[in-house]
Amino acid sequence: MDDIKYDKNIDYGTPTSQSSKQVTLTVDDRQVTVPEGVSIMHAAAVAGVMVPKLCATDSLEPFGSCRLCLVEIEGRRGYPASCTTPVVEGLIVHTQTPKLADIRRGTMELYISDHPLDCLTCATNGDCELQDMAGAVGLREVRYGYDGENHLKAEKDESNPYFTFDPSKCIVCSRCVRACEETQGTFALTIQGRGFESKVSAGNKSFLESECVSCGACVQACPTATLIEKTVIEAGTPEHTVTTTCAYCGVGCSFDAEMKGEEVVRMTPTKHGGANHGHSCVKGRFAWGYATHKDRITTPMIRKSIQDPWQQVSWDEAINYAASELVRIQKQYGKEAIGGITSSRCTNEEVYVTQKLIRAVFGVNNVDTCARVCHSPTGYGLKQTLGESAGTQTFDSVMHSDVIFIIGANPTDGHPVFASQMKRRLREGAKLIIADPREIDLVANSPHIRADYHLKLRPGTNVALISALSHVIVTEGLVNEDFVKARCEWDSFVAWRDFVAKAENSPEALADVLGINAETIRAAAKLYATGGNAAIYYGLGVTEHSQGSTAVMGIANLAMATANIGREGVGVNPLRGQNNVQGSCDMGSMPHEFPGYRHVEDDATRALFESAWDRPLSKDPGLRIPNMLDQAAEGSFKGLYCVGEDIVQSDPNTQHVTHALENMECVIVQDLFLNETAMFAHVFFPGASFLEKNGTFTNAERRISPVRRVMAPKNGMEDWQVTAKLSEALGYLMNYSHASDIMDEIALLTPTFHGVSFKKIDELGSVQWPCNDETPNGTPIMHIDEFVRGKGKFFITQYVPTTEKVNAKFPLILTTGRILSQYNVGAQTRRTQNTAWHPEDILEIHPHDAEDRGINDGDWVGITSRAGETVLRAKISERMQPGVVYTTFHHPESGANVITTENSDWATNCPEYKVTAVQVSRVNQLSDWQKHYKTFSEAQIAFAGRKSEAAKIG
Amino acid sequence: MNIQRLISMANQIGDFYESYPDQSHAQEDIAGHLNKFWALSMRKQLADYVEKNGGAGLHQKVQAAIKAHLQL
Repeated sequence: MDDIKYDKNIDYGTPTSQSSKQVTLTVDDRQVTVPEGVSIMHAAAVAGVMVPKLCATDSLEPFGSCRLCLVEIEGRRGYPASCTTPVVEGLIVHTQTPKLADIRRGTMELYISDHPLDCLTCATNGDCELQDMAGAVGLREVRYGYDGENHLKAEKDESNPYFTFDPSKCIVCSRCVRACEETQGTFALTIQGRGFESKVSAGNKSFLESECVSCGACVQACPTATLIEKTVIEAGTPEHTVTTTCAYCGVGCSFDAEMKGEEVVRMTPTKHGGANHGHSCVKGRFAWGYATHKDRITTPMIRKSIQDPWQQVSWDEAINYAASELVRIQKQYGKEAIGGITSSRCTNEEVYVTQKLIRAVFGVNNVDTCARVCHSPTGYGLKQTLGESAGTQTFDSVMHSDVIFIIGANPTDGHPVFASQMKRRLREGAKLIIADPREIDLVANSPHIRADYHLKLRPGTNVALISALSHVIVTEGLVNEDFVKARCEWDSFVAWRDFVAKAENSPEALADVLGINAETIRAAAKLYATGGNAAIYYGLGVTEHSQGSTAVMGIANLAMATANIGREGVGVNPLRGQNNVQGSCDMGSMPHEFPGYRHVEDDATRALFESAWDRPLSKDPGLRIPNMLDQAAEGSFKGLYCVGEDIVQSDPNTQHVTHALENMECVIVQDLFLNETAMFAHVFFPGASFLEKNGTFTNAERRISPVRRVMAPKNGMEDWQVTAKLSEALGYLMNYSHASDIMDEIALLTPTFHGVSFKKIDELGSVQWPCNDETPNGTPIMHIDEFVRGKGKFFITQYVPTTEKVNAKFPLILTTGRILSQYNVGAQTRRTQNTAWHPEDILEIHPHDAEDRGINDGDWVGITSRAGETVLRAKISERMQPGVVYTTFHHPESGANVITTENSDWATNCPEYKVTAVQVSRVNQLSDWQKHYKTFSEAQIAFAGRKSEAAKIG
Repeated sequence: MNIQRLISMANQIGDFYESYPDQSHAQEDIAGHLNKFWALSMRKQLADYVEKNGGAGLHQKVQAAIKAHLQL
């Protein structure tokens, strides 16, 4: 099987097989050897023989309905379908005979007799499998005419914002239905009716109203123009393709940007994409229109005060003004009075040059990244226990898992493409444990999937749950002591074992704290420890707590104690929220670390960078984002360079953040849009979208993937060039001619990246770090023979309840999350038609809590916390447990972070977004903050000379 | 920075090490964490507070850790 070189441009008709047994057969006089289990159609394609087909495609299991792929096999009777007939040793197959040609022509004639003959004006003209097959079988006439009953006048469904469904062109091959089932796992489509009445249906609803999640798998699978992107209808077929990487979540899907000149016609998931294997979600597949949205700002702007209108200036003027202000501030207030923030939306190369600018040119380590407010506890916790601040597996590893344990993550909304793979494994029979205060879709709302255990814990009690699970594993003899003895620090294990074995950590003792009965906890612990390969997947529901780092270490303890680490199917898997969370951390954007997670106090590392950068570097850790804001609020921190991040919307306690920004004298924002932070800025550097620049993103499985420029930057420069120009204006030349030069420098200075280059990434498609001389093709699974730190280290993880407690005034707990169609602060997705699915943030509340307060579905409700108040519409939902309410933070006018507090993780200051004590009550007007926001944002948008649809509240 | 915020953050670090059997080692770890992850200005402010105000509000072991192991 390894010998077969699959060509991504060929459709092999049916999937390959993982069998190691090889079978040799003859197809049209060509001998071919393939793995046992593949179809004759697949073997023929490997041999270079393309059997005509319509219902088959190699991303789906064979179906055998179109009757076009019939073949003749010597010694067998009849004309079997090659897609459903497996290969057998020694078969002699003929794919082209007069009889086969006759059958195929007859079949095609029937298809075409109920298909519009509008090929020349059809959107898929030249890109239609039906058209191709009509040609391939030599169809020359349709004898039946078009007078009889047919489907040619079937009504088109144009409800989905991104694609149309035209049943008049449908051949009922079921590829869309099967893609929805097998690839996406949503089962939104079905074939309704029988015989001539058969038709594709989205459950008797329009596509938009149906269960469809608009992932695009059906559109991808459709062999005709039945399901087609509206952009293709408008623009015509693309003429060239560039492979790049999605700029949304941490799955990091590979996409083919299909282009006409510099216009994107469509984005299609790359068939051989390492993370997504040809699948996509509504964001990556369709929601890229923000890149050309009218709200884009493409001219630099400056102003002295945030009360002043913006002044459009040249790049030179903006850069020189910013540089002069930074110099002035440092002279006036001291070197430490300035710093910068990078973003997980930046490429690795952009993050690298930004932290280099701050460390080498500003001369401080006051650089941080938005991972501070999401996965900083992952970086800390996994480094402490395992030795590396990264997930341990590939996404594909889940296909070897027997038990999947999801803690504080909602993959179907946050990481949808990986969720589809996970669902496939679950449908194959893997067991599922979910720990979440809310009933996420995977609990019981995904077809053919039901969690074996839903540990519906109270928000803020993750560590107590991990202690209880650990207690069961230790006291019921479920520890794999051989593994622990061989691979871990025994003393640390003993200390942990003795701690978790205490009665106070038993499920019975913690049941009331958790709100889960002890038997369920015991059963879940036993399943995790004894159910075969067990893998933990976790998200911000673990990290965004006052004990986020403790929980991460507790998770690593569980994996080590049960030997569920260091091979396929197991491991500790942080699901990263944004596309380059892993990469931005790898690139040294935390204030205590150089690239490659090396501490700034390490003399040898510092000397290496001082030599390479030719500047003295500080050995003291710098300020984290919340530290910068605290110091700004008090007046000692005065200047900020903020690249691609929107702290006003995304960071907790909005009013504290805005107060801090108002106190600064020079806030430089580099972004695509006048985001919420830019409203408090003095310099605006327009940024380039991911379609306009070169670089790399690193996803949640450490996979470094290419970001490739498909059009000229609308602002005139790639983002790294802006940073380099600012550096030059500050007297330090960054001598790069291309983003690849930056990666070469990263590789030179970072041991885990020594083998990485743009050339290698282009050759391999992507590569997972560590990638160096020992592992030139990368490292899919980590910690196989030994942990990166040598021996794994257990940590005692005492449960410490949060200080954010409910009381009579604030009796409910608010927890926050995200939704499939929107992304983070929504700056991108709100500027796409994804708003069709989620036009506003809403508050989910349990029926009991709603009834107590006289709240009905759709009512305006005020949510008040110790930090502030905002108003949202209520949605009554039994997904919530009594006492817990939930919202998302995708729309700035919602003010979700006006309510959240500055409570944070003990080790990393990651905010405790997931636990805020609140009161909820019916109201009939916006909060004071929202009223102020409306006035303020309208004024700021006007200052930029824009008319925007933002701030449409009230 | 607001000293109460620094006190609260330092106490949180102390809480993590509460259950460690070797408390003298825990003190080193508490200070080690401050040294590794807190900016110098924040460490100085906290040390100054301990020296001038007797560390009121700080957990005993955190105070002890600061006195014995904090790098300035």
